[in-house]
Amino acid sequence: MPQSLVTLAYITAGILFIFSLGGLSNQSSARRGNTLGIIGMLLAIGATALGPQVSSYGILAGALGVGCIVGAALAARVQMTSMPQLVAILHSFVGAAAVLVGFASYLDVGTHAEGIEARIHEVETFIGVFVGALTFTGSIVAFAKLQGLIGSRPLLLPGRHVFNLVAFGICVYMGVGFVGAEMDAGVTPLLVNTAVASIIGIHIVMAIGGADMPVVVSMLNSYSGWAAAAAGFMLSNDLLIITGALVGSSGAILSYIMCKAMNRSFVSVIFGGFGADEGKAPARASNAPAGKERSIDVADTVSLLREARKVIIVPGYGMAVAQAQSPLYEVVRLLRDAGADVRFAIHPVAGRLPGHMNVLLAEAKVPYDIVLEMEEINPDFPSTDVVIVIGANDIVNPGALDDPASPIYGMPILEVWKAKTCIVMKRSMASGYAGVENPLFFKDNTVMLFGDARKNVEAILADLRSKHTGAAA
Amino acid sequence: MKVAVPKEIRPGERRVAATPESTARLIKLGFEVEIEAGAGLGASFGDEDYESVGAVIVKDTRALWQTGDVVLKVQPPEQNLILGVHEADLLHEGATLISFLWPGKNQELVSRLAARKITALAIDQVPRISRAQKMDALSVMANIAGYRAVIEAASFFGRFFTGQMTAAGRVAPAKVLVIGAGVAGLAAIGAARGLGAIVYAFDTRAAVKDQIKSLGAEFIELAVEEEGEGGGGYAREMSEAYVKAEMAMFAAKAKEVDIIITTALIPNKPAPLLITEPMVRSMKKGSVIVDLAAENGGNCACTLPGQVVEKYGVHIIGFNDMPSRLAPTASQLYGSNLTHLLADMGGAKSFHIDLDDEVVRGALVLQNGELMWPPPKKEVPPIPVVQRPSRPNVPIVTTEVNPRKKVAKKAGPGTFIALAVLALALGAFGTIAPAAFLSHLTVFALSCVIGWQIVWNVTPALHTPLMSVTNAISGIIIVGGMLQVSGPLSAPSAVLGAIAILVAAINVAGGFLVTKRMLRMFHR
Repeated sequence: MPQSLVTLAYITAGILFIFSLGGLSNQSSARRGNTLGIIGMLLAIGATALGPQVSSYGILAGALGVGCIVGAALAARVQMTSMPQLVAILHSFVGAAAVLVGFASYLDVGTHAEGIEARIHEVETFIGVFVGALTFTGSIVAFAKLQGLIGSRPLLLPGRHVFNLVAFGICVYMGVGFVGAEMDAGVTPLLVNTAVASIIGIHIVMAIGGADMPVVVSMLNSYSGWAAAAAGFMLSNDLLIITGALVGSSGAILSYIMCKAMNRSFVSVIFGGFGADEGKAPARASNAPAGKERSIDVADTVSLLREARKVIIVPGYGMAVAQAQSPLYEVVRLLRDAGADVRFAIHPVAGRLPGHMNVLLAEAKVPYDIVLEMEEINPDFPSTDVVIVIGANDIVNPGALDDPASPIYGMPILEVWKAKTCIVMKRSMASGYAGVENPLFFKDNTVMLFGDARKNVEAILADLRSKHTGAAA
Repeated sequence: MKVAVPKEIRPGERRVAATPESTARLIKLGFEVEIEAGAGLGASFGDEDYESVGAVIVKDTRALWQTGDVVLKVQPPEQNLILGVHEADLLHEGATLISFLWPGKNQELVSRLAARKITALAIDQVPRISRAQKMDALSVMANIAGYRAVIEAASFFGRFFTGQMTAAGRVAPAKVLVIGAGVAGLAAIGAARGLGAIVYAFDTRAAVKDQIKSLGAEFIELAVEEEGEGGGGYAREMSEAYVKAEMAMFAAKAKEVDIIITTALIPNKPAPLLITEPMVRSMKKGSVIVDLAAENGGNCACTLPGQVVEKYGVHIIGFNDMPSRLAPTASQLYGSNLTHLLADMGGAKSFHIDLDDEVVRGALVLQNGELMWPPPKKEVPPIPVVQRPSRPNVPIVTTEVNPRKKVAKKAGPGTFIALAVLALALGAFGTIAPAAFLSHLTVFALSCVIGWQIVWNVTPALHTPLMSVTNAISGIIIVGGMLQVSGPLSAPSAVLGAIAILVAAINVAGGFLVTKRMLRMFHR
């Protein structure tokens, strides 16, 4: 296949990728979008394989086959609650590939460039390897944290900003030495660059705690895109550039949305552990809410639910941990069959991945038109009879609206306390990720249902079912 | 302190102001209760039922009236034809009377009571505030009237209400139109739905739309926009254009429905005429109209108050004693209203008229013969209309537009300076950079813009699939590996390229397949 046809195939693939992302604008076109992406990818790989630069098909087929089998196995086995881990580990592969491609490109004896072109190529290679290495190790650490292999508490080394700056300085210094160096002399700076970038990646993600993970994962998503784009520059391949730019923008937007949803700047999420900056005591609301929470049992919860006409359920990461989504939807189905209006409210940062809650609810077969976003559902709370908060804390903390001293002040939240009754399902009175007391628990219309979320939901379900059949008989 | 409950003398009135149940509560409040013999018979309560809870049965009507310190009645006092005396004159001076009084139209009665130095409370004047709901006898009676209207309609209607599929063929469900969704209208909707009919409902007040829908009826909306809320939860008169549109709708619906129940009343005005004679003529034979406004002139042109007429094959029911036709329930709830009122007034021990009590003050017509009605005007807050912030029809639009707006807002002078610096740097770079690099840069910049635009359109619910699909397509770096792999096998670049292909292929396959799996789960 001549180079011109390959280029045409690349353009087509690029356009298909754009449509693929465009298809995700709503659920009905999303599957078509994914299919277009697959077609684009097959086209790109096929065209490259048939192009003039590829001749060793044995290695290609072997590597490709093994990779696809591993990938397919991962995709088929993964639990929906483990999606964040999968996404993180897949990012690391892109990072690793970028580093490898960078090295391969540099070591490739076939490339002969002179003068300014050679210099630019070297800069591209250097940057590509830097971003790739950072993505690789950062994603590995993110994976380990999400998987629970290492603790999710932020690791805050003293003087860590200085550490990052020095590390970055070393890379720049190496880069200056690398550009213009002869082939053999260049390998050492490139290796040092890789090592230091890897350390930066580890260090940055280690310093970020559990609930900030959505930002980190989307940031790494962005980086993996930029790494691909950088590889495109060094290989003069427009398809890589287009795709990398698409992915990079996508990750950047997700990071931005996540940061907005926590009312924090990107820089503070990436470089500052939450509420634990140097010299500051662990943050606490100034006027810590006083009062006594009231608890409720399953039977009373059921009777509240049976009387309610409008119910909103606010799920958080705790629901995913307890795997309560399936019995929860059974409860919702019974209530809806009985004529109640039951919906879910999703905060943008609920869970450990952007959109994580939506996927979990979809897995439990919850129809997506009763799953609403924060902006859509916040005006409906005042006319709601019962709100169930299950495994969520900071995203329903009224302190974010009215307590300027609260560390989460200004964060947009779900205004659950405006409903007639608010049932909070929680294991204990412990505070959420941000370490902030939640005045919601002490409000007059809030009752606490303590215990494991799944067990409680199943108890509610059993109770509802028994009365359901009782009424029918 | 003695509470006296006489037998109602209005012909056809079957209700009674106290049931054995409410009598027991009155006795608990410290009152001695005397019941006229046979007072509860119309509502299926025997004298012995009252006696068993501790009441005294009095046979002599005169004696009963004269010994009662508090007299409880349903209907306003009127001429007792058997005794040849007006009930008001039977009361002993200074006694307290509680009943429906309608002081606005019964001025003669009020002055008669005033002459006897009576303290009179009109249960129909209890203000419509939340605290007074337990004493709101008007709502009680309206509720019963609405239910009974459907039952009366059903007894004159020759078909099922509910649709049925029988072995012998299909029976279509009855269609019911309820006009006016006050307490009576809502009760009628509930009863008609309960019987299985298809119910349409109309009201000039938009606020009741949700209540209508919650009962399972269809709310009929007019193209003309006008709010009919007239304060205190009551309706008001509407403009000419509105009435015209309304009448056109009634005329159209009259041909379609089988049963019309009208409950339209405007305070202190005759009932509005809604169903004209031509509309009645246009209805199907066998249809039924129940006019709950019959007493106030009727909503239908053919209504005769207190009677059933058949015109053009349509029965028009104009009973104005609907609550009395459900006497046991009406008496039970009314008796309960009165008990609550008496409890509020201090029970037997500290029985008094508290002029600061909004409920008592509202109902008070005479205090020891002195005219207290109407009470001084006080701002009565209207029953709050549920106000929903108006939202755009397509919710997704808001989520899309908002973030972009915020981005735009952020562009301050600093951004422009940064852009200018960037432009200068690019210009300087452009003078030395080779053309090939610049064309790649063009592609890169345009792709960033495209990516930025399309990703904002992604619905937040699909952010996880977005991440996995971007994961998959960022596996495009596999192409980079493929371009390197074809050297001599010993060359390091070929080995590195092969490993790159391997890991990138994991990404491609894993990313696309897991996205597919996820998207399959999303369903409506």
